[in-house]
Amino acid sequence: MEKRVVFQSPWLPYALVAPQIAVTVVFFFWPAAQAVYWAFLVQDPFGQSSQFVWFQNFTDLLRSSNYLESFKVTAFFSVLVAGSGISISLLLAVMAERVVRGALIYKTLLIWPYAVAPAVAGILWAFLFAPSIGIVSYWLRLAGVDWNWNIKGDQAMLLVVIAATWKQISYNVLFFIAGLQSIPRSLLEAAAIDGATPFRRFWTIVFPLLSPTTFFLLVINIVYAFFDTFGVIDATTQGGPAGATQILVYKVYNDGVKAADLGGSAAQSVILMIIVISLTVVQFRFVEKKVQY
Amino acid sequence: MVENRPWADFAAHVILILGVVVVAFPLYVTFIASTLTYDQVITVPMKLTPGDQMLHNYAQVLSAGSEKGSHAAVLPMLLNSFIMAMGVAIGKIAISIISAFAIVYFRFPLRNFFFWMIFVTLMLPIEVRIIPTFKVASDLNLLDTHAGLILPLIASATATFLFRQFYLTIPDELAEAARIDGAGPVRFFWDVLLPLSKTNIAALFVILFILGWNQYLWPLLITSKEEMYTVVIGIKRMIAGGDATSEWNLIMATAMLALLPPALVVVLMQKWFVKGLVETEK
Repeated sequence: MEKRVVFQSPWLPYALVAPQIAVTVVFFFWPAAQAVYWAFLVQDPFGQSSQFVWFQNFTDLLRSSNYLESFKVTAFFSVLVAGSGISISLLLAVMAERVVRGALIYKTLLIWPYAVAPAVAGILWAFLFAPSIGIVSYWLRLAGVDWNWNIKGDQAMLLVVIAATWKQISYNVLFFIAGLQSIPRSLLEAAAIDGATPFRRFWTIVFPLLSPTTFFLLVINIVYAFFDTFGVIDATTQGGPAGATQILVYKVYNDGVKAADLGGSAAQSVILMIIVISLTVVQFRFVEKKVQY
Repeated sequence: MVENRPWADFAAHVILILGVVVVAFPLYVTFIASTLTYDQVITVPMKLTPGDQMLHNYAQVLSAGSEKGSHAAVLPMLLNSFIMAMGVAIGKIAISIISAFAIVYFRFPLRNFFFWMIFVTLMLPIEVRIIPTFKVASDLNLLDTHAGLILPLIASATATFLFRQFYLTIPDELAEAARIDGAGPVRFFWDVLLPLSKTNIAALFVILFILGWNQYLWPLLITSKEEMYTVVIGIKRMIAGGDATSEWNLIMATAMLALLPPALVVVLMQKWFVKGLVETEK
């Protein structure tokens, strides 16, 4: 879509885009290009000289069991966060649509966690689940669960999944409510008159018509789990124990900032870039098409 | 609905109340912990009714931080967070609104190229270019400055899109009328487009303020001095390590202070928040 009526000026449009372009070049394109360049270098331990090594950093990564493990952890983590976040939110949104009384209050009480920073969300849940003093850990011990996520990898994973999902529920609920409101009432009423139970109406009408929203949220939640959960991990498990919650983004940070392995970290950045680019392409191509049954 | 199913309605309320309670539970425990003494907070199980240390704990963290972990006072951190959130929100809106104006209302060489450049930033989140971006900031002497916290984050593909979409829905007659009346592009932008964009600006502002307030990775990288910490970084630094050695009552008071401002923005400006969220992501 283009405007018929436009203004003429030889310099003004350039001046108007200049600030944004300057920021993108200095802080986005230049660093991204450097990450790509560094990915092909190996530095000596003192940072004095570096050598061009083609794809050695990448082959090293793909041969490192540590990195492949981190890939698995990330995949598992994002499937859990997206899956549980979407199903819980869908349930809550459908219920909130159903009730007449108090719908706005429920909605308000469900959306506020959106405002909580991922790192703070991590700290809140880490406190509840703190092995020796946490109140939930205490209840778990009463129930006979041996709870200590400082040692047990699967419990650490459960903790970060809970914290990450909790923060994201509000977002999903809002989109599901918006999606539900766009379903024509007449369809549901016709089905009800024909005797379809609420359960059946959900699976045959509501769920299929919601599929564009669900698919959109799936992509958004995966992107969230991949990138925005850095704060959750850093504030709680810091990738531990023994790498059980070391997602890819955390590993880039750990290897690059803490271990100062520039080449290896840059190669990981490039792999992450490829992942983001493909996710963005999927999001734009398929969300536009509106997934339908 | 055409039918009356009291049991289904009842079940819906039960599920919703359960959901609300589970969602609110961490906040409740955080609040309670922030009103207890250190000894009370490390007692197992911690009591779940408010204690009487609220004023003391909050005054302590605001002025002097924790005793065992970081000693940095939280009040300046809140100020830093506020400056960063406002800077990011206003900066993003300002540079996006003018670049969208240029892209929609002018024809000039490289127009599409610039548009794509802005678009591609979506695919380069800070997480994938951590170290090179840090190096740029360091070369530009931006470490431990407010400008360093704000500037690298203010490019915004989503805000530019949103304004572009909105401008495309504005009837051409408005621009035509403005031109016939002798208004130049700047005048048209200032007197026509800007007032029409008010609701979009408000909605975006709410989203971007929260985004800026909650930043973690970037401030973690470029702030090393205590007086430049944002509050989210400050909390992390208070955790001394080990469950019982951290002063959870003080950490939780700081957590309350860190989450209240953005939570209030969401709840009080709910209408703008929902609009901003739904429109920026579509």
